[in-house]
Amino acid sequence: MTRVFTLTAALFLSTAAMAEEMRMAVTTSFENSGLADVLLPAIKADLDIDLQLLVVGTGQAIKLGEAGDVDAILVHSKAAETAFVASGHGTHRREIMYNDFVILGPTADPAAIAQDTKVVDAMQRIAAAQPAFVSRGDNSGTHLAELALWKAADLDAAGFGDWYHATGSGMGAALNTAAGLNAYILADRASWLNFGNKADLALLFAGDPMLFNQYAYLPVNPQKQPHVRNDLAMKLEAWLVGPHAKALINGYSINDEPLFVFNATDP
Amino acid sequence: MNDILAGLAAALRLIVTLDAELVEISLRSLQVSLTALLIASTIAIPFGTLLAVQRFRFRRSVIAVLNALMGLPPVVVGLIVYLMLSRSGPFGVLGLLFTPTAMIIAQVIIISPLIASITHQAMRELWAEYHDLLISLHATKRQRIATLIWDGRRNLLTAALAGFGRAIGEVGAIMIVGGNIDHATRVLTTAIALETGKGDFALALGLGFVLIALALLINLGIHALSGTEREGRW
Repeated sequence: MTRVFTLTAALFLSTAAMAEEMRMAVTTSFENSGLADVLLPAIKADLDIDLQLLVVGTGQAIKLGEAGDVDAILVHSKAAETAFVASGHGTHRREIMYNDFVILGPTADPAAIAQDTKVVDAMQRIAAAQPAFVSRGDNSGTHLAELALWKAADLDAAGFGDWYHATGSGMGAALNTAAGLNAYILADRASWLNFGNKADLALLFAGDPMLFNQYAYLPVNPQKQPHVRNDLAMKLEAWLVGPHAKALINGYSINDEPLFVFNATDP
Repeated sequence: MNDILAGLAAALRLIVTLDAELVEISLRSLQVSLTALLIASTIAIPFGTLLAVQRFRFRRSVIAVLNALMGLPPVVVGLIVYLMLSRSGPFGVLGLLFTPTAMIIAQVIIISPLIASITHQAMRELWAEYHDLLISLHATKRQRIATLIWDGRRNLLTAALAGFGRAIGEVGAIMIVGGNIDHATRVLTTAIALETGKGDFALALGLGFVLIALALLINLGIHALSGTEREGRW
């Protein structure tokens, strides 16, 4: 029994003895895409920072930043981000990279959206045909983007009937639900390419500029939360907009399909 | 069916190759759940025994509340512990959120009522048996409790193992307070949730089988160490 105690004690000490630790809240799409597995080891090697990721939706990421439980956030919902900076919780907003949203659905495409060229037409067609549609429903960046698309198509998601399933879950869980229901869903391209349970789902619509999905980095304001490691957050920002990150982000691909495009510019 | 076979294969592959990540998250699962069990038992076993021995005014209400708390929803416990430990919460200065310590706190809250309640049930029967003897020996309250705990240790083992089972299989609370951070707070159950989210059912199921095997091993190990159910002994 004493051996068990010493073992647990040793484990405790070993976790406490790490070097520089920084916490960042990221969106589920960032983690589920697999890009995190590429960037984290490079960050550790270049900066000697143990970057701890909290994988949550954009809504919760911003809450974590406001409470000061993380040092920086990496999210994708411009309206929520500018509000975060305007309220003084974040110091500034730095664009890092983008990918795009895609509309997935049953291979048979009962709503016939594959022929459309504009995303608003596709959304209207879905609302008219009323096939099963899975929504994130969790205030995440993808959820907010989906609501904005319905709005752009002059539709109100709140008034939809039984065919509209708001799951209130992360990207992966929502994709699993869509696969199970054989339903339409809006997802970011990276999560889709990296998703293992595609079932009968297929990529039906992509390419409209409205589906552009920008990721931005926001350090938490140390004047509001004195304990945050703003020094590390700034070091990380410099790295994220630098040449090594650029090469890794642009070079990350699944099945020869690039997932993200680096677009950080000097402020 | 194919998914389940693939899960078994994944579990075998992970164990045979002694996958470094698997070893890390399994050890962390054990670290968190065993520490929580130790702390919870230290609180709950004497408390449950006291409830059996001591008569006081609100005893029945306390027992009823304790039984109700056995079904405490982990996700609510997680949320409350999260709000307490958050930087904007009352204990924020301690900086405990998203650490194994936070996960242990949540698990202690979840399993203590369970252990105390089972302890109380077992001790009540034992107390009925020992009552006259201990009273006639003029045993002090402390001695009565110590005697009951020692002689009822087999039953207490059941209480502890039930607590351990609830702790190691728990995901709702530790996901919220631990954050499922790779190399920091990721344990078996949260890793399973993560892999399910990625649609990698084989790996998720493989981790699930490892978790079940681990729980079985711990149970068997404790039974072997304590010598229960052996011939000629009870």
